[in-house]
Amino acid sequence: MTAPIYEVEGLVIDLYTPTVSVRAVDGAGFHVAPGETLAIVGESGSGKTVMTLGPLGLLPEGVAVDLRGTARADGKDILAMSPSDLSRLRGGFFGVIFQDPMSALNPMLKIGPQLAEQARRYAGLSAEAARKEAVSLLARSGIPDPEDRYGRYPHELSGGMLQRAMIALALAARPRVLIADEPTTALDATVQAQILALIRQIQKEDGIAVILITHDIGAVSVLADRVAVLYAGQVAEEGSAVDVLTAPVHPYTRGLLASVPDFRSDNASGTKEIPGIPPNQARLEPGCRFVDRCDRAIPACRSRRPRLQAVAKGTVPHRVACPVVIAAEGIVTHD
Amino acid sequence: MTDRESRGGPAIQATGLKVHFQTAAGLVRAVDGVDLTVARGAFHGIVGESGCGKTTLARALIGLQSATAGQVNILGRDRAEWARADRKGFARAVQFIFQDPLGSMSRRQTVGQTLEEPLQIHGQGDRAARRGRVAELLDLVALPATVLDRLPRSLSGGQRQRVSIARALALSPQVLICDEPLSALDVSVRAQIVNLFARLQAQLGLTIVIVAHDLAIVREVCSAVTVMYLGRVAEEGAAKPLFDDPAHPYSQALLSAVPSPDPRIEAARPRILLEGDPPSPRNPPPGCRFSTRCPVVEPRCRETEPALRTVQHGGAAACHLADARDHAMI
Repeated sequence: MTAPIYEVEGLVIDLYTPTVSVRAVDGAGFHVAPGETLAIVGESGSGKTVMTLGPLGLLPEGVAVDLRGTARADGKDILAMSPSDLSRLRGGFFGVIFQDPMSALNPMLKIGPQLAEQARRYAGLSAEAARKEAVSLLARSGIPDPEDRYGRYPHELSGGMLQRAMIALALAARPRVLIADEPTTALDATVQAQILALIRQIQKEDGIAVILITHDIGAVSVLADRVAVLYAGQVAEEGSAVDVLTAPVHPYTRGLLASVPDFRSDNASGTKEIPGIPPNQARLEPGCRFVDRCDRAIPACRSRRPRLQAVAKGTVPHRVACPVVIAAEGIVTHD
Repeated sequence: MTDRESRGGPAIQATGLKVHFQTAAGLVRAVDGVDLTVARGAFHGIVGESGCGKTTLARALIGLQSATAGQVNILGRDRAEWARADRKGFARAVQFIFQDPLGSMSRRQTVGQTLEEPLQIHGQGDRAARRGRVAELLDLVALPATVLDRLPRSLSGGQRQRVSIARALALSPQVLICDEPLSALDVSVRAQIVNLFARLQAQLGLTIVIVAHDLAIVREVCSAVTVMYLGRVAEEGAAKPLFDDPAHPYSQALLSAVPSPDPRIEAARPRILLEGDPPSPRNPPPGCRFSTRCPVVEPRCRETEPALRTVQHGGAAACHLADARDHAMI
């Protein structure tokens, strides 16, 4: 297996507001290699965005943050970096696509020059080369008539076109890791399909690592090679997309997938619900985070934090943090 | 069709409905000539992409948005006349649920006050009877009595949507119109609310119209569906037959765009990718509105706008290439 290009281990992130402290990420980690797409799946508040972007210093504004653990980009310790090195890394090594394109594009500036500036600063191109690069990035992102769009302001583009312009912006510095944070949530179905196809095409052509942060199981199914399922700041299950999505073991993953109907599958289960809501992360109990909503819970789940155990060998290990299901279903573990 | 659906004509009948907005940039034809029939006891989904007019249509059905032209009958009465002559009676019969429950509730009222208010306004029962009804409502939407004293902002998204559903049900309406009530919710909570709607519909014999963009959920729970494109109805019919064999090329593309949660199915199936975005409702193209993006477009499609006609699945589609025997496939 190729060595990971972005790797996070044992990450703990506490967020402090004036009135509460919240453990947003609680001992979670992930890794992604060049040419690979990792999906980090979770619902609101599961910590998926904070876990991925937090080590890069991209955190919610107006809250104090306490961050522990290890994070390495291309083998270098990110958490020990100087602010200027980290800023360079964010702009060049990582490209980020956000849910709302207007959060990344300056509404007062034309689209093209914003891209050219990025290409000049991080890819070290001359002004003339950067302009050409910007036009070709727009073309590559599927924007028709890129010469014309170069001189347009963000408000002159439709939602789907803006999303493409932001992808072009994220690619301008020729990143080695592309992080897409809910890239299709705000888009219509037919435009979603276009954007997912575009991300996949870029990934194949450039062989970069892609991290998809999403709650949309459909998007995961289209793009991901591997999946990590996050619940209340911890990884509940991880493995290949096929293993996790078609043979889930953790009760949360099973519940999540059962709540998503599939009109193409013959054995469609319909919309089953997970009762209850995620725990209050300002007051976490010691045991399994999912215990209050879990139909497989036993008393020990309240006192013992489950650790990830490998349930299948192979190139992509399938790991699950639920000793109850593993024991009850006689699943063989490998570590 | 059940007894309930056949008795006394449709729950909602809209004819030639148009809603146009005058804006600085020109006339927006948000809804541009829609005929819609919702059977009594139906769970009717309205789907389509941003700008197709689905939300404006839902608002115009209940009169939250005044129509430029056309007529809406609800439960056999002219909606505009009914709302003028007997506003409270209309409100008791027809209720609306918004996408953002927080925006539709007073931030200073507790859940108990929010639920009791419609009963007070409509002079229903004494204090004790109203309290009893509030308890019933909480039960109906599966909320614990402990939420009664809480304020909307201290509730989770799913709980808030349950409160807004309970309030809409307070006066025992016959028709519920819901504008994207699921969009702001997380996946697992969305399933809870969908199942709640389905249960209420069966239990109370409600007619529910739901504007939604999660197509898989619409197929799962709705009995009928209307697919809109640029202010017009592209296709309509019973939900499962339409989803299984859509006759309109736009419906085909829309359904093809929904990924399967199974990566093995996803890797194997051919996908239809439409080019570009929908055109602006300020400037719909001549002829068929989908002609600018349609992969099987013919010259006549750019000239004549197709009328809705009966197609194979028993519903209707507005496509020159579709009739009762056959339809184009993209």
